[in-house]
Parts: sequence; structure tokens; C-alpha cells
Amino acid sequence: MKTHDTRPGSTGGEDIPGPLHGGPDEDHTPEQLATMSREELDLLGARYDGVEVLHVDPGPEPGSVLEKRAVRQVGLVWGLAGLSAFLFLVVYVGSGWFLPEWHWAREGTTWSALFTPLLGLFMGLAFTLAGVGLVIYTKKLLPHETAVQDKHDGSHFDRVTTGATLTGGYHNSGLARRKLLTRSLGFMGAAVGLMVLSPLGGLIKNPNTGNVLGRTSWAEGVRLVRDDGSPIRPGDQEPGSLETVFPAVPGGNVQSDAATMLIRLRPEQTAADRPREGQADFGYGDYVAYSKICTHAGCPVSLYEQETSRILCPCHQSQFDVTQGAKPVFGPATRSLPQLPITVDDEGYFVARSDYPEAVGPTYWNRERI
Amino acid sequence: MAARTTTAPGAPTTRLGKAGFEIDDRLIVAGPLRRTLNKVFPDHWSFLLGEIALYAFVILLLSGTYLTFFFDASMVEVEYAGEYDPLRGTQMSAAYASALDLSFDVRGGLFMRQLHHWAALLFVAAIVVHLLRIFFTGAFRRPRETNWLIGVVMLVLSLLMGLTGYTMPDDLLSGTGLRIISAIILSIPVIGTWAHFAVFNGDFVGTEIIGRFYIAHVLILPAILLGLIAVHLLILVKQKHTQFPGPGRTEHNVVGNRLFPAFAGKATGLLLIVFGVCAALGGLVQINPVWLWGPYNPAQVSAASQPDWYILFLDGSTRIFPAWDINLPGNYTIPALFWPTVVVAGAMFTILALYPWIERKLTGDTAAHHLLQRPRDVPVRTSLGVMALTFYVVLAISGSNDVIADKFTISLNAMTWVGRIGVIILPPIAYVLTYRICLGLQQHDREVLEHGIETGVIRRLPNGEFIEVHQPLGPVDEHGHGQLAYGGAPVPKRMNHVGGARRAIRGFFTPIEQPSAVELEQQGEGRGLAAGEASRELTGSGRPSDGGRPSDGGRPQDARD
Repeated sequence: MKTHDTRPGSTGGEDIPGPLHGGPDEDHTPEQLATMSREELDLLGARYDGVEVLHVDPGPEPGSVLEKRAVRQVGLVWGLAGLSAFLFLVVYVGSGWFLPEWHWAREGTTWSALFTPLLGLFMGLAFTLAGVGLVIYTKKLLPHETAVQDKHDGSHFDRVTTGATLTGGYHNSGLARRKLLTRSLGFMGAAVGLMVLSPLGGLIKNPNTGNVLGRTSWAEGVRLVRDDGSPIRPGDQEPGSLETVFPAVPGGNVQSDAATMLIRLRPEQTAADRPREGQADFGYGDYVAYSKICTHAGCPVSLYEQETSRILCPCHQSQFDVTQGAKPVFGPATRSLPQLPITVDDEGYFVARSDYPEAVGPTYWNRERI
Repeated sequence: MAARTTTAPGAPTTRLGKAGFEIDDRLIVAGPLRRTLNKVFPDHWSFLLGEIALYAFVILLLSGTYLTFFFDASMVEVEYAGEYDPLRGTQMSAAYASALDLSFDVRGGLFMRQLHHWAALLFVAAIVVHLLRIFFTGAFRRPRETNWLIGVVMLVLSLLMGLTGYTMPDDLLSGTGLRIISAIILSIPVIGTWAHFAVFNGDFVGTEIIGRFYIAHVLILPAILLGLIAVHLLILVKQKHTQFPGPGRTEHNVVGNRLFPAFAGKATGLLLIVFGVCAALGGLVQINPVWLWGPYNPAQVSAASQPDWYILFLDGSTRIFPAWDINLPGNYTIPALFWPTVVVAGAMFTILALYPWIERKLTGDTAAHHLLQRPRDVPVRTSLGVMALTFYVVLAISGSNDVIADKFTISLNAMTWVGRIGVIILPPIAYVLTYRICLGLQQHDREVLEHGIETGVIRRLPNGEFIEVHQPLGPVDEHGHGQLAYGGAPVPKRMNHVGGARRAIRGFFTPIEQPSAVELEQQGEGRGLAAGEASRELTGSGRPSDGGRPSDGGRPQDARD
């Protein structure tokens, strides 16, 4: 090899590779390799990688019927894949240009309903056909070989020598003897670790401050209003019906724990009504109000079956009996729905007499305590 | 390559060759590249299940990145002003509004959203099926416990990915799901409320959670997953594949195709097909039409609120768990919700993750294994697996018991009780049944090895006795009993498996090869009954004493072809 490198250092002394430089290049000179065919080189390399090719089933004879047929198949499938991709482009780009508008409209045009399905169809076809073509190609046109590769188990030599290098380093560090270093290292590691983690403390908030979980916006004199904000009088509802009501405070209808069911009992339900102890006066006439938030997992209990007086939670099918103080009678819920004490204000509209006497929503560890 | 060179022998003469040498001068990649190209992959379809998961993950990364261009993970209340006029003017979170914009105002956005959702379902499904394959064939045994553990962690992460992903649109369905997640966090004893306030930054629902789920979904979880996938594959390459037992296959080799070109061709084909199936589903099959659910409102819920399929089992366990709060002294409560969610899920994944060590403890088998087991040969493991699956399926069915009750007009309470009783008694029944089936299959394998394949040919002996002729699979002793030992590989059970029939003439509408040529070829290979007919001596044999062999023609062939 000729070089034009004349910088200092590049010519000083003899520069030849050391004795460990060789590898397979030692065994096979360029001259030897140059005499070998491509197939031989392939197999030689494979052998160096622990692979022996046992058997090769050559692909179809060049020019044979089988080959022509397979080539036609692959060509057709790939052609169709390209066509599908092109059609995808046409639909994607052309909608709203030379094709109808793709946007959704109340008087839904046929094309806007077809737009997304067509995109899926054509992209799906394009990719699937490309893949199918490739699989046919591999199966029908490529030679099938059976190869065996040697699985090398761990080398004892490697383990012993690596172990020696590692333990050598540890030994030289003297950490086994220098106890002060290991101790200070341990202390430093722990402290630095805690320091790095400590900003996560910003996530922590005390849940017990102000009893956020136990209170809602309901309070004495807060009106019961519908979702649209209109107040409710006794007599607005048919017996046996249920209405979802919210506290008349700003944003009351989107608060997660305030939703309440105002139920007007039918006469026979009123007769059978057995409220919870100490809550006999929470209702008003034949009206009772219970929290809509399930005591199990917090879903809104929504399905009221007035024949059986049961309220069903659609999430986990807990059932509550409104004539028994909304006691759970089936399913995974354990606690009654909290009852809201209600009355009527001077103008004749329903108001709450206080907040719920207990926390609404799912049970938690110290619910009974705060 | 003849020696035409004047400079150095073997130096490349073509342009491509020169370019290759130039690259290798700089990067020295020829060695590693050749080793990669020569890597042998076993040729069995079940080894592709994990690849499906990998390809689905690629789709998720690509389509998910696209979605982030448009999605706004904010819970600020806005008034919707997009194309979809049934909701125009409605108050909703910016997250939901941007999900609607993605569906209605971004060209092809709905397609991408649905593609992403379908790919996510496929991703988890492929992981689960891959896990089942690994479990039932014993591929998790030493030295592959680490990869099993990584796999289980990735499964859990993929569930969290799904959970955070379908929560983000902030529609009514996902909000209901979020409400349940909140209740589950609250239910953890002692730290529940603290954990809830840390995650939600206060009481449910707050204004932070969508943003936090978003960063977890697009950065934290995918980054961990990506890292674990890399480690999973590196370990796989290092340890090389397992393989099913068969001719020439040992604990010390891998038989199959080299990566290039056969395996690369098939794997790329599979990648493209997975892409295609997801794209077709994403366009043609509607999924999670968030505009129909409406924005989240804590006072509303739709019937049949259900999570995606992979969370269904937890919903089911929650539905059927009895109402058992545990009240502790000092007015502390362990909520009933804690058991079917945190405890059941925790126990399931812990047992799953530790299974390789549990099995090693029970069997005392500490050896390294690279050959797989057929499920029938390990009846206890197989039965345990089916038992666990039954448990899982009962829970998943219970997770949609309201829909089943509705569609089949069954009492909802009855469905709940079916789940409660079924989850206890069906798994042991499944265990016993599976165990019996495994033993039966084992016995049948041994029987065929000993007595040969039933040919369906009935012969009448001179004394008037009728016997069925059996085709032995190998050499027989003087009683006509086969001498082949069971090798853990499938035993051919039909004459066609051993080349009893002539192979079909190729061609769909018209034959593209000569039938007579095929006949000749088969005789040359000594396969098929036709080949045997030529050399058969008509002796009136077929008695058990001479092996009950109809002929030599149907010599066992390689059962794979």
C-alpha cells in the first residue's frame, strides 16, 4: 500500500500488527479466498458462525412452469398492493377536491361515511398484499435450506478470566480493607439517592386536611336544582319517579361527589319505608334524597326500578333498596347510599338541611374516623 | 470470482463490492453482520407470536406519535366548536374536544385513532398468546427465567398503557373507568387516600389527571417498554431460540432457516400483514366512538360500561366479589373493593412472574433446557395453566355479565352467582379434565409407537378372525411391537402423515405437472402406498406375527412434510 502520509509520527519506527491481530484472516489468505466460489465463501463464513447448512431444496427450475407461475403470482399480488396504496392516496388527497367532501355532516353524505372505511380498506389491502406477496416469494421462489447452528454454552474460560479481572479490580481498590471508605460510600449513595428522589415529594398532599373526601357542596339551605339549574317543588314529580339533582352552587352540576337522586316514593313504598336509624326525618313527605355516587367504586347509580324499589349501579351491579334507607341488597357494595336531609324553603322549593352526614362515594381506610 | 486483479488478490472489482469494502474499512461491521445474517431461526409458526406483539408496538409508536400532533391533554373546560354538530356548543374538557377534532376535523385522524386502538388491543392479545406459548411449552425454564420476568413486566406495562390510553379522551366511558381507578386507589389500606391525592393531586377528579396520564402514556411507559423490549431481544439473541424436539434437534443446536434471506422474508411478510390487518380494522371496524358517549359527567353513566378486553377480568372479579368490608378496631376499614382489584391482580401477576422459580422448587429441575416440551408431556403444568386460564375466563365473562344477562334474558343476579360459584369450582374441574386429557394423549402416542398406525384396512385371517392392519413406525420386535422410544416430538397418527397418500398434483384450475411424473417421483423417493405396491409380494400376510405390516411402502417419512 502506498501512502502519502508524511506527518511526524507516521513514519517513526516499525508499525506492524501484534501477534494477536489475526483471527480467521490467518487461516485464509486473500489468495485462497480469491479462488473460492461465492457458495463456498458463504458456507465457509457460516461455518465460522457455527452454522452448518444441511440441506438445500433449490427453488423452482429457472424457466419452468412452476417458476413462471410463482413469479406471476408474486407480481400480481405486489401490483395489487401498489394499486391499493395508490387508491388510498386518491381517497385521502382527492376527498374534497375531485371527490366529495369527507367531513361529517348531519345529513351525512355517503362519501363522508365511506371515507374512513375506504382508507382502512386500501391501506389494509396494500400492506396485507405486500406481505402476502413477500411470503409467496419466500415460499415458492427462494431455495429452502435447513441449517443447524451450534448453541454455545457459557465458556468456562471466559468466566474464570473475567472473574479474575473483576476481582482484581476490587482487590486493588482495597475496599474490603478500607472500611471507612465503604461506609462513607454507602452513606453517600443512600443520601444522594434520597436527594434525587425527594422532589417527588411535591406530589404528596395531605388528604386529611379539611376533610376534602368527606364533604360536598351541600349545606343548609342549598337548593336542589336540576342539571339546567331550575329548582324543584314538591309535586313536580310523579310518584315513583327519580330525578338527578345538584346543589345550587356554581359548577354544582359537574362536581364529582354532589350528584343526588331525588326520589318520590309511591304510596305503598312510603308505607313500607324503613329509613336508617336516626334518619327517619331526612325525607320530606314522600320524597327522599340519596347520593348518586355508588359506595362501592363511585359510579353514578342510575337505574331505578320502581316496582322493586331497587337502584342498580351499572358498573358492578350493586343494588340498593330505597325503602330500606338505600341499603345494599345485592352485589359488591357494602354501605348504604348516604341520605341527604331535605326540606322546603320559604318559596316552596326543595333545599338541603345540611351536608351529607357521612362521606359519599367509595369506602377508604379512615372513612369512619373523619 | 476469478482472479482478474492486478493489485491485491480478492479485492472487489464491482462497484457494490468496492462500496462495501469502503464502508467496512470505517465501521468494521462485516463480521457482526455476517454473524447476524447467518443466525438460525427455528421454523415454527408459534415462534412468530412474540413478533406480532413487536410489530403491533411499532404501529403503536408510529400512530401514537401522529395522534400527539393533535391531542391536547388538558382538562380546561372549553366549548366545543368543531364539525360534529350534535355536540357543538357543549361544555367539555379540551382533551375531549381535541379527541373529537381528531375524529372529525383532521383528515384521516379518525382512521389513525382507530388504528391506534386496534393495534393496542392486538398488542396485548399477542403478548398474552405469546406468553401462553412460552408457558405451555416450558420455554421459560432455565436459562430463560429473566426473559420470562421481563415479559410479565411488559405485560403489566402494556395493561397500564391501555388503561392510561383509553382514559385520555375524557369521554363518558373513560371518565367512568377513571372513577373506578380512583376508587381502587382509595381502597388501598393505610396509604389509599395519600396515594389518591398523589396521583390525582386531590379529590377525584381534579384538573391534573389527564395531563399526568398523558405523559405516562407517551413517554414514561413507552420508554420503559422500549428498553425492556431491547433487553428481551438481546437476551433472546444471546441465548438463541428454543426449539421443539425432532430429527437432528438437540439441546446444543438450533435447526431452522438462516436469517437471510428466508427468515427475513417471512418476518417482513408478517410485519406487513400485521400492519395491514391493523389498518383494515382501523378503517373498517369502528372502535370506541367517543362522540357517541359524550363528555364526562360524574352524574351520568351509560349501561354496559366496560373496559377494553384486557381489563375485563378485573371488572369481573370486582362484580362477583361479595360485599365484605373488613372493619378493624379504631374505626379503620379495609374496603371490599381492595380484594378483587389490588389483591387479585397483584397475586395473579406475582404468581405468574414467579412461576419459573415455583416450578423449579416443585420439580427440583434445575437443568438448562433448550428443547421445548409438548404440553401433554407435562400434565401438571398444563393443567395448572388451564386452571389459571379458566379462572381468568370466568372473571372476564363476569366482567360482561350484564351484557350476557341482557342478550340471553338471564337474571343479572343469577349471572353474578354463576360467576361467584364458577370461579371457585370450574378451575379445579378444568385441572382434572386437562390432566386426564394429557395422560390420554400420552398413552395414545405410546400406543401408536408400539402398535403402529391404524390403517383402516381389515383383514380376514385363514381361521376366520378379523384383524385391523397396523403400520409400524419403525423396526418391530418378534411380537410385532414397535421399538421406537417416545422422543417428545409429535407421533404420526394417520397414514397420510407418513406419506400414505400420493401428494396432490399441483395446479388450481388445471394441473401444472404431469400426474405420471409425480407418480414416478414418488416411487423414486420410495414414498406413498403406490410406491410400495410395486415391490410388494403378495403373501397374504398382515398377521400380527409379522408385524401386521401391509407393505414396506409406507415407510415413515419425515412427519413434517
